[in-house]
Amino acid sequence: MILSYALIFTTGCFALALLMNLWRVVSAPGVPDRILALDTMVINFIAILVLYGIIEGTAVYFEASILIAMVGFISTVAYARFMLRGNIIE
Amino acid sequence: MSADMALWQEIVLAVFLVTAGIFGLVGSFGLIKLPDPMTRLHAPTKATTLGVGGVLIASMLYFYFAKGHLSFHELMITLFLFLTAPITAHFLAKANLHTNVARDEVPPPAGDRPWAGFESDEARHIAEDQVSKGA
Repeated sequence: MILSYALIFTTGCFALALLMNLWRVVSAPGVPDRILALDTMVINFIAILVLYGIIEGTAVYFEASILIAMVGFISTVAYARFMLRGNIIE
Repeated sequence: MSADMALWQEIVLAVFLVTAGIFGLVGSFGLIKLPDPMTRLHAPTKATTLGVGGVLIASMLYFYFAKGHLSFHELMITLFLFLTAPITAHFLAKANLHTNVARDEVPPPAGDRPWAGFESDEARHIAEDQVSKGA
């Protein structure tokens, strides 16, 4: 009983955080802020995916979250590098 | 969700989950609220990473309490996030430094060696000038 309320609360927190990040991506003052907001969106999405795995009671979603973590990291580095150099692999 | 858990187990999981949710919310709120780009780097890279770490620990404990076997997948994700968050923060700080801060605004670095990015930019420009003069 306590656990289901806590799960609902935490999912709500991370959903609100995702909405804030989305608003930040739209209205950020500079490109580095947009990249940072996208990176935070990826991290919050991993949290929501893991919470969904707890709610469903399966461990299937861990592979998906590992993949999303890796793709998010690589894409953030690629964005930052493209911003700095205008090129990703020199 | 399975209902055959003891009350203290549910309380432990709930404490981890609620703490993680509050940290995640504070991290994303700080991204909006903090005043300038360099301080905005702090909120997502610290608070949000801690929030995700709390959720992953709660997930690990849940599968230990419910299914009876301890899995280390979650620790792998936690470790990966804790390793990559400083790297992305460093990249974004570097991008901020090069786009928003002029070369003579940065404080002098400690030690003999100059700032890596600015000096290498300058060296590259000098090399390009020499190449264009030679040609």
